[in-house]
Amino acid sequence: MSVRLFLRDTSTVFSREFVPVLREPLGLLFTMGQPLLFLFLFGPLLAGTQSFEGQESPWQWFVPGILIMMCLSGPMMAGYSLLVELIGGSMERLLVTPLNRTAMLVGRTMKEFVILLAQAALIIALAVPLGFRPHLPGVLTGLAILVVFGIGLGSLSFVLAIASSPSGNLFYGVTQLVLFPLILLSGVLLPMDFGPAWLQAAAALNPVTHIVEAERALFSGRFADTSVLYGMLWACVVAATGLAMGTRAMRRGI
Amino acid sequence: MIHARGLTRRFKVGKGGVDAVRGLDIDVEAGQLVAFLGPNGAGKSTSLRMLTSLLPPTSGTATVAGRDVVSDPAGVRARIGYVGQKNSAGENFRVRDELVTQARCYGLRRADARRRADEVLALLDLEALATRKPGTLSGGQRRRLDIALGLIHRPGLLFLDEPSTGLDPQSRANIWEHILRLREEHGTTLFLTTHYLEEADTMAERVVIIDHGRIIADGTAEQLKGELAGDRVTVTVHDEPEAARAAEVAERIAGSDADTVERRTVRLRVPRAGRALPEYLRYLEALGVKVATAETARPTLDDVFLALTGRSLRESDESRRTAPHDA
Ligand SMILES: Nc1ncnc2c1ncn2[C@@H]1O[C@H](COP(=O)(O)OP(=O)(O)OP(=O)(O)O)[C@@H](O)[C@H]1O
Ligand SMILES: [Mg+2]
Repeated sequence: MSVRLFLRDTSTVFSREFVPVLREPLGLLFTMGQPLLFLFLFGPLLAGTQSFEGQESPWQWFVPGILIMMCLSGPMMAGYSLLVELIGGSMERLLVTPLNRTAMLVGRTMKEFVILLAQAALIIALAVPLGFRPHLPGVLTGLAILVVFGIGLGSLSFVLAIASSPSGNLFYGVTQLVLFPLILLSGVLLPMDFGPAWLQAAAALNPVTHIVEAERALFSGRFADTSVLYGMLWACVVAATGLAMGTRAMRRGI
Repeated sequence: MIHARGLTRRFKVGKGGVDAVRGLDIDVEAGQLVAFLGPNGAGKSTSLRMLTSLLPPTSGTATVAGRDVVSDPAGVRARIGYVGQKNSAGENFRVRDELVTQARCYGLRRADARRRADEVLALLDLEALATRKPGTLSGGQRRRLDIALGLIHRPGLLFLDEPSTGLDPQSRANIWEHILRLREEHGTTLFLTTHYLEEADTMAERVVIIDHGRIIADGTAEQLKGELAGDRVTVTVHDEPEAARAAEVAERIAGSDADTVERRTVRLRVPRAGRALPEYLRYLEALGVKVATAETARPTLDDVFLALTGRSLRESDESRRTAPHDA
């Protein structure tokens, strides 16, 4: 019964967020811009360097990285849109309705994820002619991990947005300070293997690193790789933390 | 409909704190229209946010629409409507889409939600704006949209936080028309805040005045004015010595106080001017003081506030926002 209500509320929030995308699909193209630039302008540079650990193609290595980058910036945008609604009165109006609080978080991140999946499909499709060879069950599992991870990140970004309102300064500061190191320290863009030991140690503490490695293993079909297990674990930890903190923040009042 | 006891709310600000609401006791019966009146920062919005379950109280209890705000916030939410001080519609969304969303938040099926959205669009004369985004609406139109969002589930109790602030007189009158119609046609209990004295005076059957987080007066506008402020009697005479004598004799009138003399004018406050003025004029005639003009005035709620706090609501109003908050 309450699961049904939860799903109903999630779909209410999801459709609220998604309808504007359908009404103005052109906006979708703009959000696609950055990953496409990376694919076409940065990818060939990587492909030119022959320093990959015996893999078939650097694309195999790079495409999951682009997806992770999108997965990091999508939830950040979700937090930003929430912040705007918190500063205005529309969030307060939704909070006065009986809408399930967790559904408010999940519905919003789901929207980011439908967009992310559409973008992922496009990136993968475009990368195939360049030499990327996706392993279909692996890709699907990888995307599932990304969804879990992204829901957690989205919720954390909501918590940050709630903590930052009404000024929002904290939000802009933290996303700038955290997001970039997180990306750089995860080996999304360049392999960490050639970095100094301290950098590698820092990378090992970064959850994103484990997700990236899991995605790379899965996209090449290496299900048995231990990194897959670690990636899954980290995704679940981030999702559980995010949802718990997010729901608590919502309950405590804004 | 509303029963609150000892509601308080403290906000942490830096190392110290702000006591926004300090011990609110209030009972509102079904069908009443209550105006919550107070200056900037008095604690009106904070009180409303506690009563609508948005903000947990620091201490105290409240039952709203039969449900406890702390232990059963969901029960409260399902039974009330709330129009906040800021604009309720999201900037990215079309007017009708937001109304449909709002209806679905209250559990209506998609088709029912659409039907209900069209109903409230018609009810608040918003049909022509259905596909616009809030950013393109005028202040009055936005406020009507806010009210439409608050009404979507036909709540029996509606909270409105400054529904008419920042609007021109015509839009204000229009908003009030909608609010009063709601009450006539559906018997909705209305609890609203305002800092427009005239609105509280003419529209509400009960006025609750709040200052520094405490209720300082509660009653009908007539009661408050009669008990706390009293009528004003103004008499002018021909020269200043006579004015002084006129002021002296004013003390004989039962219940009069605070008479002021300003050159040839004497002002006094009395419980009932209609009774006091003839009496006063008789005293003056007996003294041989010739009266040039005599006037009486009914008190305003501002006089009530002044009598209670020594400050004028209007003054504290002037220094408050000059721009409407939907800017
Ligand atoms: N989130 C908050 N954090 C800190 N202080 C707050 C917060 N919200 C309100 N306050 C303080 O509590 C007091 C009461 O604020 P409130 O918004 O309830 O006033 P109000 O009567 O609605 O005023 P207005 O007429 O300007 O809307 C003010 O001193 C305000 O600064
Ligand atoms: Mg207020």
